[in-house]
Amino acid sequence: MAGTEGITQQELNNSTGETRDETDSRKNDYLQSKVEGKALSKEEKLKLRKEKKQQKKNKKDDKGPAKEEKAKKPVPVMDGQQAQQQRAPPTSPLVTPEAPPTGEKSGKSKVELRADRRARQDVDRTSKQGKKGDRSQLASTAKTKAPPSEPQPVVKRLPEHIQADDPAVLKKVAKKLERQQIPLRSDYGSKVSLFSHLHQYSRKAPLTQQMSIPSTVIHPSIVHLGLQYSQGIIAGSNSRCIALLHAFKQVIRDYATPRNEELSRDLVNKLKPYISFLNQCRPLSASMGNAIKYIKKEISNVSSNIKEEEAKTTLQNCIDKYIEEKIHLAAKAISKSAFEKISDGDVILVYGCSSLVNYILCDAFERGRKFRVIVVDSRPRLEGRETLRRLVKKGLSCTYVLITAVSYMLPEVSKVFLGAHALLANGYVMSRVGASQIALVAKAYNVPVLVCCETYKFCERVQTDSFVSNELDDPDDLIVTRKGKTELQNWQDIPSLRLLNLVYDVTPPDFVDLVITDLGMIPCTSVPVVLRVKNVDQ
Amino acid sequence: MELQAVVMAAGGGSRMMDLTYSMPKPLLPVGNKPLIWYPLNLLEKIGFEEVIVITTKEVHKQMNIDTKMKLEMVCIQEDADMGTANALRHIQQKIKTDILVVSCDLITDVALHEVVDLFRAHDATLSMLMSKTHEFTETVPGQKGKKKTGEQRDFVGVDSSGKRLLFMANEADLDEELVIKKSIMRKHPRMHIKTGLVDAHLYCLKKSVVDFLADNKSITSIRGELIPYLVRKQFSASTNSQKTKDDSEKNQKKTDLKTPDIHISSKDEDLLDLAREKSCWNDHRGDMSDAYHGGKLRCYVHIMEDSMCYRVNTLAAYIEANRLAPKVFSEEFPIHPTAEISEQSMVGADSIIGAACHVSEKSSIKRSTIGASSCIKEKVKITNSIIMNGVTIEEGCNIQGSVICNQAVINRGADIKYCLVGSGQCIEAEAERNNEVIVGIDQLMEI
Repeated sequence: MAGTEGITQQELNNSTGETRDETDSRKNDYLQSKVEGKALSKEEKLKLRKEKKQQKKNKKDDKGPAKEEKAKKPVPVMDGQQAQQQRAPPTSPLVTPEAPPTGEKSGKSKVELRADRRARQDVDRTSKQGKKGDRSQLASTAKTKAPPSEPQPVVKRLPEHIQADDPAVLKKVAKKLERQQIPLRSDYGSKVSLFSHLHQYSRKAPLTQQMSIPSTVIHPSIVHLGLQYSQGIIAGSNSRCIALLHAFKQVIRDYATPRNEELSRDLVNKLKPYISFLNQCRPLSASMGNAIKYIKKEISNVSSNIKEEEAKTTLQNCIDKYIEEKIHLAAKAISKSAFEKISDGDVILVYGCSSLVNYILCDAFERGRKFRVIVVDSRPRLEGRETLRRLVKKGLSCTYVLITAVSYMLPEVSKVFLGAHALLANGYVMSRVGASQIALVAKAYNVPVLVCCETYKFCERVQTDSFVSNELDDPDDLIVTRKGKTELQNWQDIPSLRLLNLVYDVTPPDFVDLVITDLGMIPCTSVPVVLRVKNVDQ
Repeated sequence: MELQAVVMAAGGGSRMMDLTYSMPKPLLPVGNKPLIWYPLNLLEKIGFEEVIVITTKEVHKQMNIDTKMKLEMVCIQEDADMGTANALRHIQQKIKTDILVVSCDLITDVALHEVVDLFRAHDATLSMLMSKTHEFTETVPGQKGKKKTGEQRDFVGVDSSGKRLLFMANEADLDEELVIKKSIMRKHPRMHIKTGLVDAHLYCLKKSVVDFLADNKSITSIRGELIPYLVRKQFSASTNSQKTKDDSEKNQKKTDLKTPDIHISSKDEDLLDLAREKSCWNDHRGDMSDAYHGGKLRCYVHIMEDSMCYRVNTLAAYIEANRLAPKVFSEEFPIHPTAEISEQSMVGADSIIGAACHVSEKSSIKRSTIGASSCIKEKVKITNSIIMNGVTIEEGCNIQGSVICNQAVINRGADIKYCLVGSGQCIEAEAERNNEVIVGIDQLMEI
C-alpha cells in the first residue's frame, strides 16, 4: 500500500476519478483488488456502490458544466477513450495503476482527512475561477465531488410554502401541481410586507371550487379532510394528525396495486399528490409531517413477498399502533408526570385550546386534585371558549379572561400550562400566537411555565423568530360586526390597510421552565438530545 | 368513487298538463333544447362522467342528447306512477356510494361545489339546494286573474349560520299553527324561518339513506316524505342521546337509519370521532354540548341568492325559463345555421331560431323562440312567444305572449294573444283569441 503522501494523492486522484466513466473506476478497482490479491471486502463493496451513485449524479452534471479538468489517474488507457472529457495534463502523473481504492478506506487518519478537505477546497476555488474563463487548465478535480468516503455536503433547501413572494418558486410549485392535477390556490388580499413570503388564503374560496365534483384524482376521504382543514372543522395538532391517519387508512383500504408495480413504491407515489393537495388546503403541521414520514417509511419497508391484503392490514395496524403509542399512551404518560406538578390549591393558567392540556387537567381533577383554572383567550379564534366549555362540563371551576387581562391575573396564578404545536430543534416552542406573550409575562412575574408536548411533535427545524415560517389565516376573520356596523367591511379598498391574522408564534427556551413529554420532564434545551436519540433509534 | 349522479326524468308534469299531454316533460324545449339537457349540462360541467337517468321508455326513445358523459338509462313503466323514492329503490343495486339526485326540470347555474362541500365537510346525511323565489312577470296564458301565491308555501327553518336545516314543513300539511319541537329550540335557540324559498330538488344523500329506503317501503316521494323525515329525525329523542351509546341504542339506531357510513368499519369511525373530539371547533356556542350536539344525522341546505334557479313544473315557470335560460346558457348561434331567414324580415337579437326554419319576408320576431322545422310565412308578427317544432304560421298572423306547441297550424290573419295552443291544433283563419288555452277535445276528456 502506498505511504501517507501517496494516499493523499490517491485521494485527489480518486476524487477526480469520480467524474470518469463508471466502468473505468470499477474496472480499475477490480483490477486493483485482483492485483492485490484480495477479495472485495464489505467496505469495498459499499465504496463501489457509493461511487456508482456518484457517477450517476456526475453524469447528470456533466451535461451542464462539462469541461472539467479530469486529471488522469489510474488507468490511462481507458481514459483516452473518453471523448467528452477534456484532456489536460494530468496533475498527478505519479498516479500508479495500483492506486488501491482500498487504501483510502482503511485507516485514514484525521490529518489526512483534513489535508484532503483543504486540498479539495483549494481545487474547488481555483476551478470556479477557472471556469469563468472557458476551458480551465487547472489541475483540478471536478468540483463538488467529494470522495465517497467523505460525507456529502447536504444541500438544504427552503420549503416552498415560505417562499410565496419568489416568482421562480411559485412557477415551480405551479408546474408540480399541474403535473399532479391539483388546482393551485390563489392568494387573497394584500399581505403585510413582513409576511409577504407566506401564503394567505380565503376560506370562502375553497380548493374544491376548481376541482371536478366526484373527485377522481384525489381520494374522496382526502378531499373531505382537506375541506375540513381549510374550514377549520378539524383544528389542533393532535386532531389534524389523527384525522390524517384516518384518511390514510381509507386510502390504503381502497388501494389496489396496479400490475407490474410494487406496493411499497407505488403507494408512496400515490400519496404524494394527496399530500400536496392537503398542503394547498392548509399548510401541514409538524405532527402531520412526522406522521407522514413514518407512514412512508413503513410503506417502503413492506417486503415484496407478502400478499397485498396482508400488506394492507399490516399498514393499517401500523397506523393504529402509531396513534396508540404516540398520542394515547403519550398523553397518559404526560398526564402522570404532570399530575405530580399540580398540587392542591393551585391556580393554573391555560391558553387557547390544547387537547393535551385539557386531558391533563381533566385527569388531575378526576384523580382528586383541587385546583382552579384560569382560561385565557384571544381573538379572532376564541378557542378558549371551547376549553372553558370542556373544563366546566367536567366540573372544574374556571375563570375566563382575554389575553389583554393576563398581567392582571398573573399575581394569583401559581403555574402556567401551555400546549405546543411543535418543539423546534433549538429548544424553541412553536405554539398558538399569544403563547409567547403569556410565557413572557409569566416570566416577568416569576410564574413557572410548563409546556406539554408529545415527542412525535418534535421537529428538526430551527427557528428563532416567528416571521420566517408561520401561517397566515384568512384576514376576513378579523372583521367583526358590532351593533350592526362592520367597520372593516371594505378593507380591501383602502390601499394602505393590511390585515394580519397570524396563527403561530415561537417562544424562546428562556421563558419555558419545563417541558413535559412522554419521555419524562426535560428542560427545553434537551430537545435536540431527544431528537438525536430518536433518530438513532429509528 | 365519491358521488353518483341520478337524474329523475320519469315525472309526468302534472302541473302543466296542457303542455305535457303530447310531449313528455323531459323533452319540452326550452330555448330549443330539451328540458333534460339543462341538468345534464350542469352535471357535465362540474365533472361528472357517468349519470343514471331514470325515465320512461317513451322519453328514452325520443331522447338524443349529445353529451360526453355516459348516460345509463333506467326505464320504468310509464303508467306505474312511481314516486321518486320508489325509483331510487328500483335502482338500489346500482348505487355503490353517496348519490346526487337531480330533477330533470331544474335549470340553474349554481356553483354545485357549495352544496357538495357542505355534504363533505360536515359529513352530512342530506345536503340540498334552495333558492329565493322570483316573481314571474310574464303573463301566463289561460290564467284568469292573479294567481294566489299563498297556498303551497314551504316553511324552512335554518340556524343562525344559515346552513344547517332545522325545520321543514309545507303549508298544506299544517292546519292552523306551525309546531316546533322543544328539542330543536333547546339546541338552536336562534332559528330563522324563511318562506320565500323554492326547493331546487337537488339533493346529496348518503348511501345509508338509499339502503334505509330499501327497508322502509312506505316512503314514496323524496321531496314529500323522505326529506321532512330526515329533517325531523335530526332531533328525534332516540338519536339525540348525549350519553354514551349502549347496545340497545345501537340496535335501535340501525333500524332507524342511525348509523352513518355503513361501509366504514366501526374502528375507523372511532378514529374520526376521536379526531373531532380533540379538535377545538364547535358549530354552535352557548351551551355545554359538543359539536353538532352529538347528533349523527345532519341536514344542510345551501340557499342561493343571486344565481338563476328555475324549476320548470308550471306553465309560468316554463315561459320564464324560456325567456331567461338562453341568456345564461348562451347559444353560439341564436339563429341556427340551417334556418332560412329572408332579408326583409326582422329577427330580434334575443330570439332563437331553430334548425331548418323558414322565415319569410316582412315578418318580425321579437323576444321569441322558434323551434326546429317551423315555417313562418310573410308579414307575421311574433312577440314574446314560444313556438315549438314543426309549427306552421300562415301570413299576416299576429302572435303575442303565447305558446304554440308542436305541429300546430295557425291560419292566416289570426290574432293570438296570451294563448296556449296545444299540440297539433289548428287555429282557423282570422281568429282572435285572447288568454285562452286551446287544446284538443280528446285532451279535455282526459282531465
